Amino acid sequence: MEATSAISALDAIRQRKKNLIPLLQKAQATDGYLSPRAIAEISRALKVSENEIYGVATFYTQFRFRPAGQYNIRVCLGTACHVGGGQNFMEVMKTDKNLGHGETSPDGKFSLERVACLGCCALAPVVVVNEEVHGRMNRVTFTKLLETLDPPLPGDSAPETPEGSRHEPQ
Amino acid sequence: MSLNEASLQDKPAGTGIGTAPAGKTRILVCEGTGCVSSKSPEIRHALQKAVDEFGLADRVEVGFTGCHGFCQKGPIVVIEPEGIFYCRVSPKDAREIAESHLVAGKPVQRLFYRHPVTKEVVPYYRDIMFYKKQQRVILRNCGKINPEKISDYEAHEGYRALRKAAASMTPEGVVDEVRRAGLRGRGGAGFLTATKWDVCRKQPGDVKYVICNADEGDPGAFMDRSLLEADPHLVLEGLILLGYAIGARQGYIYCRAEYPLAVKRVRIAIEQAREKGYLGKGILGSSFDFEVDLFEGAGAFVCGEETALIGSIEGSRGMPRSRPPFPAEKGLWGKPTVINNVKTLASVTVIVEKGADWFASIGTEKSKGTAVFALTGKIANSGLVEVPMGAPLSTLIYEIGGGIPNKKAFKAVQTGGPSGGCLPGSMLELPIDFDSLTNAGSMMGSGGLVVMDDDTCIVDVAHFFLSFIQSESCGKCVPCRVGTRQMVEILDKIRKGKGTEEDLTKLEKLAIMVKQGSLCGLGQTAPNPVLTALRYFRSEFQAHVVDKRCPAAACRDLVTFRIIPERCTGCQMCVKVCPTKAITGPRAQVHNLDQSKCIKCRACYEICRFDAVAGDAIIIVA
Repeated sequence: MEATSAISALDAIRQRKKNLIPLLQKAQATDGYLSPRAIAEISRALKVSENEIYGVATFYTQFRFRPAGQYNIRVCLGTACHVGGGQNFMEVMKTDKNLGHGETSPDGKFSLERVACLGCCALAPVVVVNEEVHGRMNRVTFTKLLETLDPPLPGDSAPETPEGSRHEPQ
Repeated sequence: MSLNEASLQDKPAGTGIGTAPAGKTRILVCEGTGCVSSKSPEIRHALQKAVDEFGLADRVEVGFTGCHGFCQKGPIVVIEPEGIFYCRVSPKDAREIAESHLVAGKPVQRLFYRHPVTKEVVPYYRDIMFYKKQQRVILRNCGKINPEKISDYEAHEGYRALRKAAASMTPEGVVDEVRRAGLRGRGGAGFLTATKWDVCRKQPGDVKYVICNADEGDPGAFMDRSLLEADPHLVLEGLILLGYAIGARQGYIYCRAEYPLAVKRVRIAIEQAREKGYLGKGILGSSFDFEVDLFEGAGAFVCGEETALIGSIEGSRGMPRSRPPFPAEKGLWGKPTVINNVKTLASVTVIVEKGADWFASIGTEKSKGTAVFALTGKIANSGLVEVPMGAPLSTLIYEIGGGIPNKKAFKAVQTGGPSGGCLPGSMLELPIDFDSLTNAGSMMGSGGLVVMDDDTCIVDVAHFFLSFIQSESCGKCVPCRVGTRQMVEILDKIRKGKGTEEDLTKLEKLAIMVKQGSLCGLGQTAPNPVLTALRYFRSEFQAHVVDKRCPAAACRDLVTFRIIPERCTGCQMCVKVCPTKAITGPRAQVHNLDQSKCIKCRACYEICRFDAVAGDAIIIVA
């Protein structure tokens, strides 16, 4: 596209590096996260050091370095969702599941992320589970949603009792 | 209007939307992100099934469009040619629509739009106030065409501008047309588009790039996303025209990865444009070659800044660099580059097609054309709106937006996202244009408009925007990295009732320092929400620091939760939900709330409002 005559050495490097972010996105789409192996492979293919790749990848919020849970919960905290009380869902996740931003539960069931704005502000406040958008949520409907995703086992003692494991949100 | 009699024959065509083949009824289901998340594709399938079941397939066509803009009422279904507007449709309604409306000719009244205040029923698209007061120029096709079909776009004057340019305009002619139109960049700052193009066009060398900036990161803004989802070719055509004007052969569309639907539709649009010869070699028989690639942003707000965006495409961390040299001189890989916002490029297409004079006749003396806003927050009709520049804020909020719901009072309107400011009620007659908003301490920004009622605390909002900026700051320059952090800490102190009057002075000083000392637009505009809040709502800050009181009853550390004994039915819902066992009391007796145990998590308040018998027994007091 660009070079009309001989491609200079500089251009070749540029052309390789241009593919870095798209490749990281592909790797994450396939594995669900950026594994050390994927990064090593991309490093070799593009002749860009792993160090530099980590530098780039950690800059962007899209990339994760640990696998997401079975249900990846993204809580929108854009302006409209903030005004509508989106922060409450982060709190419920903390008190009920002991999860904060970027964390995955030990059983691999849930992972939690907060996102800046998903652009469905008219449905605020919004929570996204995997790819499914749940709009006009409140604390009650959110708790119910969590229960449908992770129903308490019958006869089993509830995974978290009201006392004990709960901590005060700050 | 008597609706019971409203039959299909009474109202002939007149919506002006869509191109229904003669005699055919078209059902258009909105499939923008908002409606899709309310399951509109399911509705479309259910409608198709119902149409087949009633044997209507030969006279009824079921299709989809992009965003209608009225996301509040989604999912939206429009029936053409009569222009009946159904809102909040669910898949269950499909049969009734087919049976009652299509077979019996009686539209389904219960799905009509109702005015939020007067409760008046409005059956027709064209009569809805939300649309009536708008002037749709770049949103003209939104909700009218299938965004995944280039033929639909072509049937609505699509690619006429490009044909016109290729046949009868020189590249200079295109720049001149845009200059005469007085177009200013819609990304926020309002720089004259043609000036930027001219600088780039005059640079030596034959490798130049053009980029469409669709990295819409402002929280509370979704104009670019909706436009790309509803009418991607309009933007693509503008980008091709830009390439033609400055002599570039390669263009990029930099779109947020958080917008998967927009990404998908832009990809389809590029593919179709290539097939039709609007992209590629020798476009429309001219000697102009042009290609476009889509680049998915990886989630960094700062990449909306043009030099950071360039870094991101080059495969680096998206950090801004100092300007000059401007990208128009040294941009992508050191080559002259023009970066324009989605709405700027859409306007370019309209300008070339309809002429500069037509475009310049809309708007004010210094701000030409229209402004597109994403209207959200505490407002009756939220959605996407387009008005001529110079329209007052009150038109947007009260006439189009339908005012504040739940009998609450208007408090502030936030324009321009984290770079803009909060304007009070006294500024409602302010005309919306680049210069008026900047003079008021806010800015046009990319077009987010968030309305707040008296339940919203200004200190909390200022804290919200600043923490957003603080976490999105790339960290390259000290004023932005450290300054915003300090400001967030002071605001947090005030929010917790630990602030002093000295903190307010400190906050103001810091704000000015960050504004003056930061490297890029992100830091330079970051203090705007705080500065405008201090300018227009100082008394509310005072209440926090002097009286240790939050007038909006929103700051957690400054409020108390109370149970109103007369209203409490003793249903025990709040007892069950309280994480700290602060609420006690047997069934059917008034419950008791122990303030020393209460962590103010709102769980009881919300369960009382939504699920409990009483509904309003728990209140929050300042």
